[in-house]
Amino acid sequence: MSVIPPGLSRQFSLKNTWPVVLDVLVFATVLAVFYGVLTIARYWSGQAIPVTEISRSPRSLPRYAFYSLVRMAIAYFLSLLFAVTYGRIAAYNRTLQPFMVAILDILQSIPVLSFLPGVMLAMVSLFPNKQVGVELGSIVLIFTGQVWNMAFSFYSSLKSIPRELSEASTIYRFGKWQRFFQLELPFGAIGLIWNSIVSVAGGWFFLMACEMFVLGKRDFRLPGLGSYLQTAAGNGDTYAMLWGLVAMIGVILLIDQLIWRPAIAWSGKFKFEQVESTQAPTSPLLHLLRNSRVLNVFREKTVSPLEERINLWFARRKPLHEGSGAPPAWLKSLGAVLAVAAIAGVGYEVFRAVALLRGVDGAEFRELLKGAGATFLRVNVSLLLASAWTIPAGVAIGFNPRLARIMQPVTQVAASVPATALFPVLLLAIVQLGGGLGVGSIVLMLIGTQWYILFNVIAGASAIPSDLREVASLFHFSRADRWRIVILPGIFPYLVTGLVTASGGAWNASIVAEYFHFKDSVMSTIGLGAQISAATDAGRYDTLLMATVIMATLVVCTNRLVWRPLYRLAETKYRLES
Amino acid sequence: MRETIIEARALEKFYGDPGNNPIQVIAPTDISVYAGEILAVLGPSGSGKSTLLRMLTGLSKPSAGEVLWHGNPVGAQSPNVSIVFQSFALFPWLTVLENVEAPLKARGIEEIPRRKRSLKILETVGLDGFEAAYPKELSGGMKQRVGFARALVVEPEVLFMDEPFSALDVLTAENLRTETLELWANKSIPTRAIYLVTHNIEEAVLLADRIIVLGKNPGRIRTDFQVGLPQPRDRKSAGFLHLVDYIYKVLTQPDAAPQFAPETEATALRPGAPRAKYPMLPHARPGGISGMVEILSDRGGHDDIYHLADDLSFEIDDVLPIVEAASMLGFVNVAEGDVELTPAGHQYVEADIADRKELFGNAALERVTLIRQIKRALESKSNHTLPDEFFHDTLDEHFSEDETVQQLQTAINWGRYAGLFDYDSASRKFYIADEEPETVPA
Repeated sequence: MSVIPPGLSRQFSLKNTWPVVLDVLVFATVLAVFYGVLTIARYWSGQAIPVTEISRSPRSLPRYAFYSLVRMAIAYFLSLLFAVTYGRIAAYNRTLQPFMVAILDILQSIPVLSFLPGVMLAMVSLFPNKQVGVELGSIVLIFTGQVWNMAFSFYSSLKSIPRELSEASTIYRFGKWQRFFQLELPFGAIGLIWNSIVSVAGGWFFLMACEMFVLGKRDFRLPGLGSYLQTAAGNGDTYAMLWGLVAMIGVILLIDQLIWRPAIAWSGKFKFEQVESTQAPTSPLLHLLRNSRVLNVFREKTVSPLEERINLWFARRKPLHEGSGAPPAWLKSLGAVLAVAAIAGVGYEVFRAVALLRGVDGAEFRELLKGAGATFLRVNVSLLLASAWTIPAGVAIGFNPRLARIMQPVTQVAASVPATALFPVLLLAIVQLGGGLGVGSIVLMLIGTQWYILFNVIAGASAIPSDLREVASLFHFSRADRWRIVILPGIFPYLVTGLVTASGGAWNASIVAEYFHFKDSVMSTIGLGAQISAATDAGRYDTLLMATVIMATLVVCTNRLVWRPLYRLAETKYRLES
Repeated sequence: MRETIIEARALEKFYGDPGNNPIQVIAPTDISVYAGEILAVLGPSGSGKSTLLRMLTGLSKPSAGEVLWHGNPVGAQSPNVSIVFQSFALFPWLTVLENVEAPLKARGIEEIPRRKRSLKILETVGLDGFEAAYPKELSGGMKQRVGFARALVVEPEVLFMDEPFSALDVLTAENLRTETLELWANKSIPTRAIYLVTHNIEEAVLLADRIIVLGKNPGRIRTDFQVGLPQPRDRKSAGFLHLVDYIYKVLTQPDAAPQFAPETEATALRPGAPRAKYPMLPHARPGGISGMVEILSDRGGHDDIYHLADDLSFEIDDVLPIVEAASMLGFVNVAEGDVELTPAGHQYVEADIADRKELFGNAALERVTLIRQIKRALESKSNHTLPDEFFHDTLDEHFSEDETVQQLQTAINWGRYAGLFDYDSASRKFYIADEEPETVPA
């Protein structure tokens, strides 16, 4: 893990203002699709599900770690494929663009567990009596947790391709293939890599939830690191828990060294800059790979000729002049018919979904609102607590290069540990101290999200020009004035970025922080996250749907009403320009 | 009779609905490119010279009219063209060689002939030895050489150049200009015509066989003439200076139909289209206007625009808006390419800082429509505050989106300088600051 750059995709969604009507429309569509998947899933779910016993012996750990890694890898490549396809369509289709962006915005705010019943039951029904169904379900769940910000990132990269570069590839007659590999993918590479890192970290965070869960009467278990940790925690087996933690952190650090670091160093060549920057990230492994003779020969003999052949095939096959003339009339009318059908379908499904929601009676609804209030408070308290320590610490680190050199690796390792893996250990401590989960879950959210703020504050503090700090010393600013006039405005844009990401993360974390299977019993506290988890466990789809709608509404509204204006302020008033 | 390669008939570009008061960017224009010529298209910013280039190359679709290449519509075929871009538009992740090879790759040319052709053209433009370098390792001049190599490697019939030298320093630009002329004169390149967009008058007179001067608001052809001077041209020769002066005169008198330039064979002349109804603010800063007026006063209150620009090493894009703004405010008179200080201008030069602001403010209120409108609108509100969208909506009817933003930006600069009104960028509101300091805008 490294410092998260201040250009993460979420910013983009906040910068754009889509009309409210569109939001409502998209919201309705998502609701409808959600309900549709749910219905199909319920209809299909009558099959036997195989249950795997999870061993608690540390000797099973390498095998489990492998299973988890494969799952994560498949989910990641699915995400990459989806992100690139979705981003391209959204960027180039003017009619669909606003809808597709708004859909991403809303899907991003739906917690992973809310996808669980639909995805799981659908997959299991597709492959009854086979492990592959459950496996696919788990993979798709991980996928839903990491794909949205990657799609956003690629979309916004495509939208920011400089005009003349795009015109050059048109005037030199690049086909789709060449345009993609020589312009679009390289231009989006850096954003995709950074967002991949964030996404995969999110995948580890929810691994426990994605590998082992109860759904109604059914108990799903998949062999993997997440289920190992959960089983160990459920049995109060501290020894196994520690082994599991060590294995997980080891795998994460290995991936960081073997994949992300080389990837970041390699992506340096895709930086869109006119002059070479002096400080470029390096990776010994990448250096090794680049200078490996075997690899280079292999590349020259296989990859390059293949690429050449594919490119020639595409170049000779493409029409002489692309994009000339409007699409044929039949295509237009087909589009119109499809649109009308889609709207009708959405309308019907919304109607049905609302009917399902009516199963939630008034008392239950009030409970959900109370839960929403409690989680809302918890999220914001955790943000406040996180800011309280990360702002001074981050500024201290950012202002002091020597301290930064020492602290950076430490914080990076600390941040790479998925907080969920620590939950059981922490819970034991909290329970022993006599604290309830009501307070405990705040601590858990805090651990999960504080790093986003810390990294951004460090980046912001080190970006404050030293002459501004010198002015403060020159005029003998008091400590309060120094913070009020120089430091806080200086880090403001970065702080907002960190807070947005942390706030989204905290909402998502609530579903695992407020509800916990522990030694054959369930620990929970009042909160929307707990209600979503409980509804999943009990197979109460109406409650689940209602709770998800409330959470998504809250998150989207906070984004629109709080974060978006703050972003605008950060972009206009608090931008440091040279 | 010269062979016509490109012929555009009644080419037009506008934004918005054609039935509902569209914003005209380019008025109906006929333009032809002939074989064997270097055609330079000159114009102030906002004259649509880039838009015109993009319509001729088929990058952008005209709103009306048609572009014919050898008599066939441009949409039906891919004309063999290249563009050299102002920003170079090189792919930073590809090496010099890969950048040059990319257009050939797109045409499905096999690896070996592709490499051979690319290496040869790199040698022609003086880049041998740089094949494996990445663009970011090169200087600006070297980058533009790669841009030329990439453009020439496909052996374009017409080479389009969109202000190719304007991002380079003076010496590098001069060097590249000379080399381009040499390549063209020696027939080292199979290109049959060059279409050069520029805002540098000397560059146009130095290189071109024919010059078209565009006017703005909307973009249209002001004058179109052959340059009779022999190559190589001497910047100090009387013929050269005469032509430069003539172009200045055309550019500084946006409304007058230009006279034929004597001693040149003027081939065509089209009457200017009517100007847009809403007067456009020239994008000049108050500081620039003050500076120009002061320099003019130092020189006895009277000078030739060409000399003024030359001494300040300004290009027309820099100096024209300033002259136009000063004339709009009534500080100077412009006639026949000369500027002259008016009595109001003299008064302004003599005044101290506070008085200058007042003089500027009064002149702006009296003579500049947009400033007057903003001031009146703000005064008519009880809280003296209005969101910028209000003015956006007014200007949108007359200008493109970008131009609207620029118009308001200039108005804010002027209004602030004169103390007429202010703008809060966080809340995006215009306001008139009250006398009492404690009232802060909403």
